[in-house]
Amino acid sequence: MPSFILRRLLHAIPLLLAVVVLNFLLIAFTPGDPITLLVGDFPAPPEYLDQMRREFGLDQPVWIQLLRYLAKVAQGDFGFSFANQQPVATLILERLGATLELTLTALAFASVMGIVFGVIAARFATRSGRSLVDSAIQGASSAGYAIPDFWLGQLLILVFAIWLGWLPSQGNNPVRGTLPGFDGFVQHLSYLVLPAFALSLRYLTLITRITRAAMLEVMHADFILASRSRGASEWTVVVVHALRNAAAPVLTVIGYNVGFVLAGSALIEAVFAWPGIGRLLYESISKRDYPVMLAILLMVSVTVVIANLVTDIIHRLIDPRIERA
Amino acid sequence: MSDTIPLTMTPAVGTPFQKAGFRRRLLRRPTTLLALAFLALLFGLAVFAPLATGHDPLGGGDSALLEPLSPGHWLGTDDLGRDIWARVVYGSRISLTVGVLSALIAVVVGVFVGALAGYFGGWLDTLLMRIAEFFQTLPRFVVALIVIALFGTSVPKMILVIAALSWPQLARVVRASVAALAQAQFVDAARVAGMGHGAIIVREILPNVAAPIVVLGSLDIAMAILIEASLSFFGLGDPNHVSWGAMLNDAQQYLRSAWWMSAFAGLAIALTVLSFNVLGDALNDALNPRGPK
Repeated sequence: MPSFILRRLLHAIPLLLAVVVLNFLLIAFTPGDPITLLVGDFPAPPEYLDQMRREFGLDQPVWIQLLRYLAKVAQGDFGFSFANQQPVATLILERLGATLELTLTALAFASVMGIVFGVIAARFATRSGRSLVDSAIQGASSAGYAIPDFWLGQLLILVFAIWLGWLPSQGNNPVRGTLPGFDGFVQHLSYLVLPAFALSLRYLTLITRITRAAMLEVMHADFILASRSRGASEWTVVVVHALRNAAAPVLTVIGYNVGFVLAGSALIEAVFAWPGIGRLLYESISKRDYPVMLAILLMVSVTVVIANLVTDIIHRLIDPRIERA
Repeated sequence: MSDTIPLTMTPAVGTPFQKAGFRRRLLRRPTTLLALAFLALLFGLAVFAPLATGHDPLGGGDSALLEPLSPGHWLGTDDLGRDIWARVVYGSRISLTVGVLSALIAVVVGVFVGALAGYFGGWLDTLLMRIAEFFQTLPRFVVALIVIALFGTSVPKMILVIAALSWPQLARVVRASVAALAQAQFVDAARVAGMGHGAIIVREILPNVAAPIVVLGSLDIAMAILIEASLSFFGLGDPNHVSWGAMLNDAQQYLRSAWWMSAFAGLAIALTVLSFNVLGDALNDALNPRGPK
């Protein structure tokens, strides 16, 4: 096992490096003056421009520039955002909490409901493939998978915020100040409901499909038949035996989608004015604030590499039969 | 934006499209027929857009702003008085162009890379697959967003960026199938008969890998349409063309006063993506006839 983790780590390091190099190449080979990319399309003091030219060695060969860039990134230095008058790292850290709250809620909801629906669908699936419950869940998950999440967000705002007036549609807290204590928490949750649901639906349907497929593979296995013949309750058979053995592919899909949920939150945050990194990305694109854009790309890519790494290790832990290269 | 759709793929021997009952299996489900009918309608509207609507999708003329559904504008008008139906009709052109062309490029690149890696193996295989893995690691939407933001937007650029981020999955699937087939007896026979590597790959191996290619191609179109819509929604679409995603961007400010601005453009995206997904699943089932999934 330790050697497996070590091998996976060694595998992930070149990927991480490649991601950073890609970021650098975007800076180096985008048409126009790279200094604009490093500073953003924003009036910066000429001394700072000179300092950046020196720091990045723009007069020197590309490979020296790359090494300097790597050194800066390794130190957590992503430059300065003149559009926001703040270091990029500070800016991102400030917004990170809101994005984590939204993405983790969405992912948790998608995982729990996806597994529940997937198990129910598999339980009702028959060999001939004709079951009302199974067909309904499958149909709904195909439809849900095709709906663009940002449009779903607009529909949710239309129905639940504008027509019914039940939930707020913009931001993550009331502008006029939050309520104290538990009421404030509930109030905050009311802001979270719609964006989290809009972000989660696509992954919910995906996890439903994978869970259903994984469960169907297991449900006809001999040990399930044996368990049934010993008189085990349906609950024990389905949840304890079948689900536990179907867990590996389901967890893999959840883990592999962490990065996609994070990337998808950019659109959802734009729809709901959720003050996280996605909204920051949206703003930085309209302000042509390049250092922020590139830092966010780097952050999301690194998260994907790490999430995949952790997923592979967990997969190996729950299913030691699988030897993943 | 995930690309993990469960597909069961095994190298089929004998071109699966020619197998008896392919058409019957493909059209077994009514949903497949519906999806095909919708796509046929959509392609028709895209080609014959001027016949489907008398309104100019880009100019409002003297129409009222934010007009609700009415006989003159049966899906209403937007904030500039432009007819929503006309914009939905013309918007299909961008979605279908970007979707089909970027999937086509992704298929060509993916098949080429996958065939090379699978057939020759060795260090070339390792190298190509590591590159594919790297591209698969990248969060597609964010990369596309930033590349377009840096290099400026246009329809060809969008097609290229989406294709560049879509080929790896195909390459990996093709590689696996080709690697398995490269050891097959009929390939040995071709080799003994003196066929060159290129001819063996193109004439002997690839026809047997056609099934997963067609299935993934169909799903790639759906994914590309979603990414184009997302880019346009983020304000990075080509401003010279009508795009469903850009329509949803316009609609965002007017949700309170004009729900029709959001409803129909979004519905168009959802139905189109759904149809290509349904078609992909149906092709998958029809080409891998091993009972219901």
